[in-house]
Amino acid sequence: MANVISDETMEYVGILAKLELSDEEKEAAKKDMESMLDYIDKLNELDTSNVEPMSHVFPVKNVFREDVVENGDGGEETLANAPERRDRAFVVPMTVEG
Amino acid sequence: MNLLSLTAVELGKKIKAHEVTVEEATRAALDAIHKKEDKINSFVTVDEEGALARAKEVQKGIDDGTYTGPLAGVPVAIKDNMCTKGLLTTCSSKILYNFLPTYTAEAVINLEKAGAVIIGKTNMDEFAMGSTTETSAFGATKNPWNTEHVPGGSSGGSCAAVAAEECYYALGSDTGGSIRQPSSFCGVTGIKPTYGTVSRYGLIAYGSSLDQIGPVAKDVTDCATILEIITSYDKKDSTSVKREDTDFTSALVDDVKGMKIGIPRDYLGEGLDPEVKDAILAAAKKLEEKGAIVEEFDLSLVEYAIPAYYVIAAAEASSNLARFDGVKYGYRTEQYEGLHNMYKKSRSEGFGPEVKRRIMLGSFVLSSGYYDAYYLKALRTKALIKQAFDKAFAKYDVIIGPAAPTTAPKLGESLSDPLKMYLGDVYTVSVNLAGLPGITVPCGQDSKGLPIGLQLIGDCFKEKNIIRAAYSFEQTREYKHSPVAEA
Amino acid sequence: MTKEYETVIGLEVHVELATKTKIFCACSTAFGSAPNTHTCPVCTGMPGSLPVLNKKVVEYAMAVGVATNCEINQYSKFDRKNYFYPDNPQNYQISQLYLPICHDGGVEIETAAGKKTVGIHEIHMEEDAGKLVHDDWEDVSLVDYNRSGVPLIEIVSEPDMRSADEVIAYLEKLRMIIQYLGASDCKMQEGSMRADVNLSVREKGAEQFGTRTEMKNIGSFKAIARAIEAETARQIDIIESGEKVVQETRRWNDEQGYSYAMRSKEDAQDYRYFPEPDLVPIVISDEWLQQIKDNQPELRDEKLARYESEFGLPEYDAQILTSEKKLADLFEATTKLCEKPKKVSNWLMGETMRLLKEHEMDAADLKFSPANLAKLIEMTEAGTINGSVAKEVFEQIFASDVDPESYVEEHGLKSDNDEDALRATIEQIVKDNPQSVEDYHNGKEKAIGFLVGQTMKATKGKANPGIVNKILKEIL
Repeated sequence: MANVISDETMEYVGILAKLELSDEEKEAAKKDMESMLDYIDKLNELDTSNVEPMSHVFPVKNVFREDVVENGDGGEETLANAPERRDRAFVVPMTVEG
Repeated sequence: MNLLSLTAVELGKKIKAHEVTVEEATRAALDAIHKKEDKINSFVTVDEEGALARAKEVQKGIDDGTYTGPLAGVPVAIKDNMCTKGLLTTCSSKILYNFLPTYTAEAVINLEKAGAVIIGKTNMDEFAMGSTTETSAFGATKNPWNTEHVPGGSSGGSCAAVAAEECYYALGSDTGGSIRQPSSFCGVTGIKPTYGTVSRYGLIAYGSSLDQIGPVAKDVTDCATILEIITSYDKKDSTSVKREDTDFTSALVDDVKGMKIGIPRDYLGEGLDPEVKDAILAAAKKLEEKGAIVEEFDLSLVEYAIPAYYVIAAAEASSNLARFDGVKYGYRTEQYEGLHNMYKKSRSEGFGPEVKRRIMLGSFVLSSGYYDAYYLKALRTKALIKQAFDKAFAKYDVIIGPAAPTTAPKLGESLSDPLKMYLGDVYTVSVNLAGLPGITVPCGQDSKGLPIGLQLIGDCFKEKNIIRAAYSFEQTREYKHSPVAEA
Repeated sequence: MTKEYETVIGLEVHVELATKTKIFCACSTAFGSAPNTHTCPVCTGMPGSLPVLNKKVVEYAMAVGVATNCEINQYSKFDRKNYFYPDNPQNYQISQLYLPICHDGGVEIETAAGKKTVGIHEIHMEEDAGKLVHDDWEDVSLVDYNRSGVPLIEIVSEPDMRSADEVIAYLEKLRMIIQYLGASDCKMQEGSMRADVNLSVREKGAEQFGTRTEMKNIGSFKAIARAIEAETARQIDIIESGEKVVQETRRWNDEQGYSYAMRSKEDAQDYRYFPEPDLVPIVISDEWLQQIKDNQPELRDEKLARYESEFGLPEYDAQILTSEKKLADLFEATTKLCEKPKKVSNWLMGETMRLLKEHEMDAADLKFSPANLAKLIEMTEAGTINGSVAKEVFEQIFASDVDPESYVEEHGLKSDNDEDALRATIEQIVKDNPQSVEDYHNGKEKAIGFLVGQTMKATKGKANPGIVNKILKEIL
């Protein structure tokens, strides 16, 4: 039951993950992914039809904050590591076309 | 006197007794680092200036009674995935090569409140993804027992720094074994606490539902002491658990009489190195001799833990690491055309191969049409694994086994076959999936002289059981200093 | 023969909640500060930061759910919606997909076509994104995270609307409910209420829905009506020409009056939702839900009925007064003080509305206090000031909430109610204007008006016209 990952899938996942792999990397990543998925398919041996998916291991619930302002002007700290900034804002390539 | 051969608690006592100053202890660690780093490479950043300034401040605090705890004045190394205000925090990744956090992780703040002196940030697998500390963008860390071997990972820098005696203790983090496995490979002791025990605020996330910070040190006493300090209920971490039984040092009792200990037969089967197996069974025997009731049992589902773990961890990682995009901090590529090209180039150049591999896998398993088959299936498997442990802990106080199937492999052997590397996590990942506490203590060496660790697993919130059992076992043998430590 | 088509519309309405702090951190939600002022590690996606849920957000969401007849999910969770965009600092938005807080509700609307119920599929909580400002000259965008993490609820309707009229009636209805709850000010212009329009057309009588498009973030009711009209026409054109409508997201350009597809290879629209591991489930107890229900304020429909029954207001008055929560609040508070509901209603519907219009203001911007309006009404009723003075004083109240008593005092505007003095003045005027007196006696009623006018002139407007009339008639 070997998984086969197409080039299109790799391309698509690259768009989702915002990663651009070189051809060489892509080939290797494809093989790795295939063998990982083959291995992951082992989970299908388990009958989990009556099992609820468990995202939290403990039954923790209702962790809340009260609606009280505690933070002051965080601008300088927020921008302290910016690769590119102008005054009080981050700078990115234009996000809208034309 | 070689200060670095002391445990953290021993040093803390000497500082309190004014036999050693904080500055002497700090300088000794810095000197050791200068001497050994060429060989070991366990640090990404050494904060010489900051540590010496802080040493003076802490000394004053000790003298005026501000710091009275057992570890006041003892220098510590922090894994480089915990934010430290104003001190470079890279996750051993190029993408954070210049990142100076504006705040400090809660666990580290807890140490600082107890009078810790931070000497530096330790090397790790990039974003904690790896089992060898070879995926670091700043070079592999070497095993102080044999520098041709890996220290394990991902907290390899923390464990190697303790084993090489470049620092007195360290903090690591454990997502799928990242404290317990390198502790085993480096012959030191490390605890992965129950999920929710130590705040994750300021820990740069890999797999949020699995990550926990924990101590790495020479012995169980140190680890229990450190854990007691870093444990806190943190309202900034919604998954933080309010606990009352956090006086872990009260469990440092040499007594396992009547304690019920189970060894999963599934942990002793195929794939386990015979020398490791012998050491684990010998350790079990020692515990039995001390009065514990030890028996083998079938835990079940062991072979499903790794695939479930890799699906969950990769999925969470693909989302957690999306924020590294060249906009707000860290690396941005030099040349780009437009926004998406900037994203792709910054991330592709900033992340190493293992990180990219897991982000790709994680994005794939969450993508449209695959979510149920992979992600939900893994969450259901996780529920079954938790049930299996619940069943086991209805019978046993502690489960013991190896932390890894082998001793530390040679450098370069693991990365060529990722799947094989992943399989090395077989004894550790299920503990993270089930949120359990685990501890590794040294229990022997193989014929090559490489350390073997014994892993003890407890039920949720039952750290005291494993601390007591580990402490009792520890009394049966001497701490062995690594060759690099001795040099 | 041309076919007849029907437009099918569903809305996704985003409402910014009126909390003081953001949904997952203790930063202020205040408007109008310098970029990135209200930011911290959490709302800027700093490595290692973690979200903690603002309880007030859950309570507002529940209140809106209850008021729109939704079922409340007593076990609710957050999920991550993953997509890359610079206004989204973590590159995922914390939202709710699998277990939203409210589901299966609906509200009744009324249009010229009659009454109908618009179903609400679900209401979920999520975080808002930051703001991008574009610099065409430098070809860059500037990112400000002040709005990042401001709490939103998204109200997803069923595809139950068939016209722009119904859409606007539905939006008005939601706005009114949410404003009355105090959960949001729902100002479309300021972006605290935004709507995405899902629209398809089908032949009248067809069972199946056509392929829908989604138009994002349209900024006003008028723009929504225009966008619906244009999109309906566009889709009919496509179908008539034998082609197929493509399911896509479109952006409406209101100035130019057309929409364009937001298609990009880089927008895969595959959000890879999964449960947010950093937040724990919300479990709503029966007690908590009951408490929210018990604390629901009176909503518009109830108020409307009560204004007619309790205060005896005409339906028209009640409609207008309840159309804005601020007006209703002013009405009730003022009436409580002076116990003259119709007079209060007249001031609010007359002068207040006139001045709002004149100053191009919203009722929400009204600043004057009920106490001052109540005093003004009492003074007018008591004859302390006359009607035209009252209007003059009200302008001052409207502008700067002055105390009418001291204002009248300071400016000497009190009506002259000293009847003896007034009588003397009037006697003099009667004596000076024999022609008018004669006209009056000859049956020219209007002549009395001239005499009143003369009296007012002589008293510089301070005389009470009613009293002047009375005295004049006695003398004549």
